[in-house]
This record gives sequence, C-alpha cells and structure tokens, in this order.
Amino acid sequence: MTPMISILGARKSFGSLEVLKGVDYVVEPGTVSCLIGPSGSGKSTLLRCINGLELLDDGEVRVDGELIGLRVAGEELIQLPEHKIAQQRSGIGMVFQQFNLFPHMTALENVTAGPIRVKGASKADANRIGSGLLSQVGLGDRSDHYPSELSGGQQQRVAIARALAMDPKVMLFDEPTSALDPELIGEVLSVMRDLADQGMTMIVVTHEMAFAREVADHVAFMDGGVIVEHGDPREVLGNPRTLRAKDFLSRV
Amino acid sequence: MTVNLFKQQVDTTLVGRRRRRVPRSRWTYVGVALVAFAAMSFIDTATTNPNFGWPVVGTFLLHPSILSGLGFALQMMVVVMVLGTALGIIVALMRTSANRMISGAAWLYIWFFRGTPLLIQIIFWFNIAALFPQIELAVPFGPTLLGVDSNTLITPLTAAILALSLNEAAYMAEVVRGGLLGVNKGQGEAAKALGMGPLEVFKIVMPQAIRIIIPATANQVVNAFKNTSLVSVIGVADLLHSAQIIYSINYQTIPLLLVAALWYLFITSLLGYGQGLLEQHYSKGYSPVNRRWRKKRQPKVETVESDGT
Repeated sequence: MTPMISILGARKSFGSLEVLKGVDYVVEPGTVSCLIGPSGSGKSTLLRCINGLELLDDGEVRVDGELIGLRVAGEELIQLPEHKIAQQRSGIGMVFQQFNLFPHMTALENVTAGPIRVKGASKADANRIGSGLLSQVGLGDRSDHYPSELSGGQQQRVAIARALAMDPKVMLFDEPTSALDPELIGEVLSVMRDLADQGMTMIVVTHEMAFAREVADHVAFMDGGVIVEHGDPREVLGNPRTLRAKDFLSRV
Repeated sequence: MTVNLFKQQVDTTLVGRRRRRVPRSRWTYVGVALVAFAAMSFIDTATTNPNFGWPVVGTFLLHPSILSGLGFALQMMVVVMVLGTALGIIVALMRTSANRMISGAAWLYIWFFRGTPLLIQIIFWFNIAALFPQIELAVPFGPTLLGVDSNTLITPLTAAILALSLNEAAYMAEVVRGGLLGVNKGQGEAAKALGMGPLEVFKIVMPQAIRIIIPATANQVVNAFKNTSLVSVIGVADLLHSAQIIYSINYQTIPLLLVAALWYLFITSLLGYGQGLLEQHYSKGYSPVNRRWRKKRQPKVETVESDGT
C-alpha cells in the first residue's frame, strides 16, 4: 500500500536553530499516528511542514504521493508559487492548539469559509454541508454563535468541522487539547475518536497519553529534532526502549 | 459588637458603615485655586476686551465665503482620506513584503514623507514646475511616452491634494501596518491551512485589522481636516484662506481667526464624537455579552392570521 504521508530526511532550521535534524516518517492511509515528545522537540514544526505552512530546507514531504511545496525540474528543485502550495493545503486539514477561529464570523460562517472561498461552492451547498458537520461535532444548535460566545471545547470542535468542510485526505492536529480546561478536553477527544473510527488518516501531536494508547495505531516519540522511537502504542508507551523516551514518559 | 467567626471572636463595628472619606491633598486645593484664577481671568478678558470683536465673529460665522471655505475643506478632507488610505494600504503591504527592495522602498517613502514638514511638501508640489517644467512618463534613459506641461497639470488644487494625500498615505501606512501586525498570526495561518491564496488570506485578516485601526484612523481624519488649513499658503480657498481674504479687507484679523478656529473646533468635536461611537460599536462586537452584532436570527414564530374570524 502506498503511504498517505511520507517524509524523508526532513531538515528545517529557524535562523541558527536546527529544529528538524533529518526526520523519516511514514503514515499509512486510514491510520491514526500520535507524535509525542517534550516541547521544542520539533513535533509541531514537523506537522507544519506536512501542509506547507513551513517549507523544508532539505528532504521531502509527500502527501498522497504529491511532493509538497516543490517541483522537480531536472536537477533543480523549484519552490512552488504560493497559490500552488495553497492548493495543496486545501486537501490537508489542520487543527491548531489555539483554535484560530475567525472571530468576526459565526460558527457556520467559519465552517463554510473554506468551501465558498477556496472551492467556489455555492452558499446553499456550503451551508448544507456546514450544518451537517456542525451537527456531527455536536454543535448543530450553535451555528450562528460567534467564537467569543462558545467555550474552548466548542470552539475547537468548530475548528475541526471547519477543517473537515474541505473534505481533506488527512487531518493534522497540533496539540488540539493543550489550551483547554481539563473538563473540556473529553468532548474534543471524543470527536477525534469518532473521526478515527470513520477511517480518517490523522496525525496528532499530543500530550494526551491515554488518547494515544487507546486510539493511535502508531506512536512516534520525538526529541531534539529526530524521531527517537516509534511503533505500536503499547510498545512505545508501555515499554519504551530508549532512555530518553523512558525519562519523558515517567514525567508526563 | 463581636461575633464568633471560625472560633475567633472578631469585632464587627466597622461593618455596615459605608461612608469612607478620601482626604484631599493640600496640593489639590492649590491646583484648583490656580485653575479657577486662570479661568476667571480668561472669562474676564474675553468678555471685556473689545479686541476679541465678538460682534464681528457673530457677523462672519455664517458668512457665505466662510461656509464655502468650510465646505471645500471638508471635501478636501474626504478626498485626501480616501486617496491617502488607499495608497497607505499599498505602502503597508509593501512594507511587510519579504522582498527587501520592496519593503525598503516603502520604508523610504514613510521615512521621507513623515520626516519632512507638511508645509514644505505643500509648497514643494506647488512649485514642482521649477524642478520639472515638463512632467513626463518615460522609459529610464529611453524614449518619452507621455509629456504634460507642469504648470497646466499642477494647479493649486492638485498640488494641495497631491501633497496632503501623499503625506497622509505615509501616516496611514504605519496605522494599517500596526493593525495588520495586531491581528493574531494564527488567523493568517488558519486561512492558509484551509487552502486560501494570498488575496483570500488578506480578506480574512484585513477586517480584523480594521477593528484595531479605527481609533488611530479617526485621529488621522481629525488631523487631515486641520491640515487642510495649511494649503491656504498656496492660495487654495479653504476655510482659513477664506477668513484671511476677509480680514485682509476689513483688518478684523483676530475675530476672523476666531471664526475659523470655532469652525475647526466644531468639526473636530463632531469627528471625535463619531470616533467614540465607532469605537464603542466595535469593542462591543467582540465581547460575548453584547449581541447587537449578531446577525438577525430568524425567529421561528408562527404568524397567526388574526383577521377577526
């Protein structure tokens, strides 16, 4: 089976700080992968390189076989123009730690913004799909609320619906529950669990070890810009082989 | 009186006594006395000194040429704000460009137009013909495509609008840039992540920037209005120039300056009031309590036909 996401030799620096130091990573279609590790280990940067929010300095990212942010012209690698990268991003959903809902739009307008403005969908179609997705995340009755009128958990569920509205091949979650009050984490994780059950390919950067253990098909532990250890969640989380992973897991 | 609180006897005599006096510093009394003295002196001189010429002020306050000067200044303010804001947005976007050449050009523009006095800029544009007798569009070091005589193109009015707009654009560029930087970075990223191109991302971020820049822009409008008085130096018939023409004939300098000042004060007060309303408006839009900005919900109330049957 061809992988949904493949990353080879990924390197990325910000100024003099090298954040990714040669990462190889593969995600099979329809699986859930969790990225864990201490802050500053490069998890979020790796995620952001998958949808081209950051572009690699070296190595490659492919999503569904398509090279992200680059085209090959003989010996040369040429960076794609912004509108081409935008096109690639439209097939990759992303959910942020801080939700990043558009504050001047209602929940429904947030969800329909992508289909209308990027895909050129009609407002009626977009509203129909948007309402359906808001119901799917349990917010059918909140469609005309503004983000400031929703709890953090509700905002994050709207953000998930917004990403799903683009009918993505892959969903990327960047610490989706880290900004939430403890009592609101469950509702977001349960929406993500449903999504996994429906066969969505997901990569989740998370500190929720229980979620990783129960839902993930694959867990990778990152530290210092490389993947130190990866494999079956029970193995990596229950019986880590490396000292660094053992140390990290004993502290969370 | 004492009560038992957490097994401790506590005194409750201060509870329920609501009057709490805040003693004033003696310097407050000194300050108040000085202000009162200054106020009385001002009222005294303004009412008793005949040179203020209040009757003359009354005669000319609604004089047709003063009113036409006022109308002209208001029109000029609108034109300058529209042109200045449009150009300002472009300069602000250039300033945030990743290309050093483009952002450098924008920086240079802002540096020059904010760093030189507006009065010099006005006089400069008015006298541009002395520098370039012919204004032409030409390929650098190449052929001329279009040429116009400077003296026909640059009338006092075009010089005034050109100078005020270019100057306004430099200030508005910084205002707009501040607004764009004030929008959370996550907003642009979320828009990008949905697959939006640069223009669509701008259309997500800009409305949020506008909310931030309203106070500063309103300030600029007030300044733009007051700055129209500067174009009187090149003979444009603005409010101040209209007053000057009248006092050059009747020598009632102070009363006519008062007429102009009163009008400037009145208009800037109106603008300030409008600014307050706008700010209130927009700050409310973001608080979860206020729902005035909520799009009208379709109330699902069955309309009962009451035709009396």
